Amino acid sequence: MVPAATTPMGTKMLDDFLIRAGLAGIGVAFAAAPLGCFVVWRRMAYFGDATSHAALPGVALALAFELPIFAGVLLVALSMALIVTALNGRSLGTDTLLGVLAHGALAIGLVAVSLLPNQRVDLSAYLFGEILAVTKTDLAIIWSGAVLSIALLVWRWQALLSSTLNPDLATASGVNPRREQLILTLALAVTVAVAIKVVGALLIAAMLIIPAAAARPFARTPEVMAMAACIIGMIAALGGLAASFTLDTPTGPSIVSVAAVLFMLSSGVAPLLKR
Amino acid sequence: MSLIATRNLTLRIGGQTVLRDVDIAVERGEIVTIVGPNGSGKSSLLRALIGALKPASGTITRAADLRIGYVPQKLQIDATLPLTVHGFLNLPRRQPRETIAQALLQAGVTDLAKKQMTDLSGGQFQRVLLARALLNKPHILILDEATQGLDQPGSAAFYRQIEEVRRDMGCAVLMVSHDLHVVMAASDRVLCLNGHVCCEGTPEIVADAPEYRALFGTGTQGALALYRHEHSHSHDHAHDHSHTHDHAQGHTYGAGCNHAHGDQDA
Repeated sequence: MVPAATTPMGTKMLDDFLIRAGLAGIGVAFAAAPLGCFVVWRRMAYFGDATSHAALPGVALALAFELPIFAGVLLVALSMALIVTALNGRSLGTDTLLGVLAHGALAIGLVAVSLLPNQRVDLSAYLFGEILAVTKTDLAIIWSGAVLSIALLVWRWQALLSSTLNPDLATASGVNPRREQLILTLALAVTVAVAIKVVGALLIAAMLIIPAAAARPFARTPEVMAMAACIIGMIAALGGLAASFTLDTPTGPSIVSVAAVLFMLSSGVAPLLKR
Repeated sequence: MSLIATRNLTLRIGGQTVLRDVDIAVERGEIVTIVGPNGSGKSSLLRALIGALKPASGTITRAADLRIGYVPQKLQIDATLPLTVHGFLNLPRRQPRETIAQALLQAGVTDLAKKQMTDLSGGQFQRVLLARALLNKPHILILDEATQGLDQPGSAAFYRQIEEVRRDMGCAVLMVSHDLHVVMAASDRVLCLNGHVCCEGTPEIVADAPEYRALFGTGTQGALALYRHEHSHSHDHAHDHSHTHDHAQGHTYGAGCNHAHGDQDA
């Protein structure tokens, strides 16, 4: 957990931590991009916000009980996602409800971390990520999470798409939309848990939505859009890392900035692609 | 045995009873149309039949291995979701190319497979939905306001297509519609729904029933021939509804309002 800048290391080690950072970024991009497509298609952007902001109370929980950060975040993000799913469709407008939960979770997380005894926690690491401090263990966790998230999506792809289009139509074809929603919820919680180290709680939602949005103009099928989003996410991760290294800027925000620029480029090109 | 039948079916949505004590049955090969004002529980009934809405009480009986083809009221495809007609027809199960081509043909469209769903006209879109419902060679086709957003000639053409499908495939058709003139004439049986089954029978009988007129006025009657006052009056009223009615006109079965439930509950 030592910030990279203060770690003395030789050139070889330097290469090594950059490679680890690069691999971590690619892992998160792969986990987030296809899932982000569903977030965009289902208009769940706020849902992604609420779940990723729940990472912060998860950090507080993990620190308080000396759990691995990953476990604490997974637990709280999953609970949040399940709560939102359960409350969905109740009287309060869903976007209002999600707004309350997203910002409430963030604020409560910040307060909870500050209340922890004997903790001089570097909050910015959890808010914006510290990709340059990724360890080999982190890398293993990130890639396991990414593989799990992608495997869930590939396994349920056709059913997920069906229930995204229309829940009743899915039901009539023997697909249970609630079950598919649960699969997405699980994949989202896993992705949030592995992404917090790389981009931080505030910017996880960006890694879900921006690559997917940037990929849209290039795709005529959902599968192509998901793959294009993966590639765009990967370029953003590596480009942001390089920018951060040369310009000495914070890495998480740099990655998201590159993604945003890619989105603007893609939106600019989009009209040219239409016949 | 009926393809699908309900007994004392009651449906609630968010604590509100939308349908009460509904007994309906659809037999092989018949076209049954459900009419009723907005909020009368028509769509809820169809959603219960396809399994998307759990009954609050009562039962739904389906024939063994019943294959249902469902055409929803509307299908909003988000602009962010790229999807070709071919891709759409492969959800949730991939289909052989010939199966898809045949279903599109049966639905009256060709050369659409490579188009984006969002680029289709209203009529094309409905036909693609119909094609999707036909993919699994259904025993019964269930359509919920399938012609919403189509103009009159468009809906008339769509219903002709439905009749053609029924003729070719022999499937039963259960549909909800607002287009009373067009639909009722083509139906074997019409069900008038308003929180419960108001009246039921051939199109002529229903159009003549006081319950139906109370709901829709007499304006629609001109289009239909209404001469069968003495029709099937021998049924018993043993299962007469005992609940209170919320429409002001009260509830008396009109002459010829055919309550044949008893012998349809197989």
